[in-house]
Amino acid sequence: MIAGIDIGSRSMELVVLENGTPVHSRTLPTTFDPLSQCEELLDGIKPSAVVGTGYGRELVKKILERLHPQCPVSTVTEIKAHALGAVHWFPEARAVLDIGGQDTKAMSIKDGRVLKFEMNDRCAAGTGKFLEYTAGVFQIPVDEFGAYALKGDKAPDISAMCTVFAETEATSLMAQGHRPENIALGLHKSIVKRTRNMLGRVGLSSPLVFTGGVAKNPCVLSLLKKELGAKARLLVPDEPDMTGALGAALSALA
Amino acid sequence: MTQQTYRKMWETLDLDLDAHDGLLEVLGKFYGDIYLSQQGRLAGAEYLDFVLSEIHGLRILELREAQAAGRKIVGTFCVFVPEEITIAADAIQVGLCAGAEAGTEQAEQIIPRNTCALIKSFVGFKMAKICPFTESCDIVIGETTCDGKKKAYEAFNELTPTYVMEVPQTKSKAALELWKSEIRRYIAKIEEVTGNTITAEKLKHGIEIANAKRRVLQRLTKLRAASPAPISGRDALLINQISFYDDPERFTTKMNELCDELETRIAGGQGVVDKNTPRLLLSGCPMAVPNWKLPYVTESAGAVIVGEESCIGTRNFRDLVDESGTTLDEMIDALAERYMQIDCACFTPNTERLENVTALAKDMRADGVIHYSLLFCQPYSHEAMKVDKALQDQGIPMISIETDYSMEDVEQLKTRIEAFVETLE
Repeated sequence: MIAGIDIGSRSMELVVLENGTPVHSRTLPTTFDPLSQCEELLDGIKPSAVVGTGYGRELVKKILERLHPQCPVSTVTEIKAHALGAVHWFPEARAVLDIGGQDTKAMSIKDGRVLKFEMNDRCAAGTGKFLEYTAGVFQIPVDEFGAYALKGDKAPDISAMCTVFAETEATSLMAQGHRPENIALGLHKSIVKRTRNMLGRVGLSSPLVFTGGVAKNPCVLSLLKKELGAKARLLVPDEPDMTGALGAALSALA
Repeated sequence: MTQQTYRKMWETLDLDLDAHDGLLEVLGKFYGDIYLSQQGRLAGAEYLDFVLSEIHGLRILELREAQAAGRKIVGTFCVFVPEEITIAADAIQVGLCAGAEAGTEQAEQIIPRNTCALIKSFVGFKMAKICPFTESCDIVIGETTCDGKKKAYEAFNELTPTYVMEVPQTKSKAALELWKSEIRRYIAKIEEVTGNTITAEKLKHGIEIANAKRRVLQRLTKLRAASPAPISGRDALLINQISFYDDPERFTTKMNELCDELETRIAGGQGVVDKNTPRLLLSGCPMAVPNWKLPYVTESAGAVIVGEESCIGTRNFRDLVDESGTTLDEMIDALAERYMQIDCACFTPNTERLENVTALAKDMRADGVIHYSLLFCQPYSHEAMKVDKALQDQGIPMISIETDYSMEDVEQLKTRIEAFVETLE
């Protein structure tokens, strides 16, 4: 039984493999106490090996030392983890886009190997955090924000890349009388534009696998499809947010 | 030498003693974590440790004593300032502190916020009064390599006497002539500052000393091509950094000893890392003392750095000055030609840099290249894209990193560098 744990900035995921097949998955919010959250995530699991990924990958070692000191623990970066996870679901994948809570990664891959990747640096522009923050301005839960934005029909341009400035921009657009659904659509568009540039820098290949929690947002998905056009095939796994944890577990088999 | 002697000296230099104590404490901790923790270092690294531990002590004392004996101290921030001439005028040239976050708030009062960390740092060090090198200078020589520096020297001149050399922006014939005249102008200036006349004989001596320093750094580079890597990238970077402020003749002697030791190591198949460790070349902006962030993150991610394509690296020593000249005019021509070979990103076009990076990556048997640009450094950020393409054409992977001196992005850097190293394995 191999466990992959992905500790991100917003949530942590666990995927358990048996004979190379995922048999169990679970997610919890990271909170300010990731150690206890991770302990709860592993409740009832007796793994033979554990692989950590995500920003909290080093934490996984700490927790395992306490819970299962005999169990071998290693770490991989989320880049490699997402590539392995994406290829597990779609062996034909040539590119991966992951939009998580605090960062966005774009990579080109071949035969499961990462050729080139890009990540946003220290700023959370164009990430799940951006959506969460701006959804808050509309007083809408982030899970419903995408569906809400899809009701818009004419998106005003949102040019601010900074999350805080984007809020200011959205507020002034409201004052100008733009419909809130349209402003929401504009905010989604700004993410997709940014993402498109990042994909361009790694040399966008098709098919592209879209992973991470933001892949569940129907508006981002629909705008991204439009942006990429007919030439690029966009694939989304059933549980896009589990990709990192799955890939981490799979890396133990390689 | 006792701490009291140093404190008195720092007081005389009008340093902000509390802030300076804070700086030394941080520097000491940094050095301990990043350098002294390394396994299997060379015996020759003792010299590095000693120089660094005395960076604001013994070396400053030497400079003060030289000054008391009538010699002048010249501070610089760029490899374009010809040390040969400074030496010929019997002055001492030192590279000034520009590699740590210091006095940022003060600096931002006289230069824009979106200025690169290196410029902010040298202005900040001056304004916060924590760099004994800066405070010891009789004159600072600036240059027009980029707009940020060019304008910052105007502000810097208000704080301390600053003389600016005009570095051309192209490699045309006219540009070479301009640079020759700038060298002559610098000769006149340094003669005025020191009261010494530069003769052919003195300049020949200056050229020999500077070339000897370059030769030993070239020797070190050649030795680093060995696998397994015989010296860590961190130590090699430190050597390059020290080359800017230690006495050049002592430096050359010590480094030749260190290279002898490296040769023995290589002959015995010894290295600081395993043979299979991914080898990386750093390329881009200079890393001034104590900017060790990226090399530390890189070598902690399971890779080893085998070269620095930067001003505090190969750009400083790749080309020698032709030593065949006998008259002052011939030597000035040779100097100008040597300096105009520098492939600084301030030149347009600068295609030779693309060839040089690719060739160096191959010579050093690098598995990949980390291109490093300081945030807000236009010239190197532009070239990052060109270098990426040139390396890609040769099948050499590259990652582009843009960062500054703050520690806030260390975790993100770790992830990127580790992921890059994973792709090479």
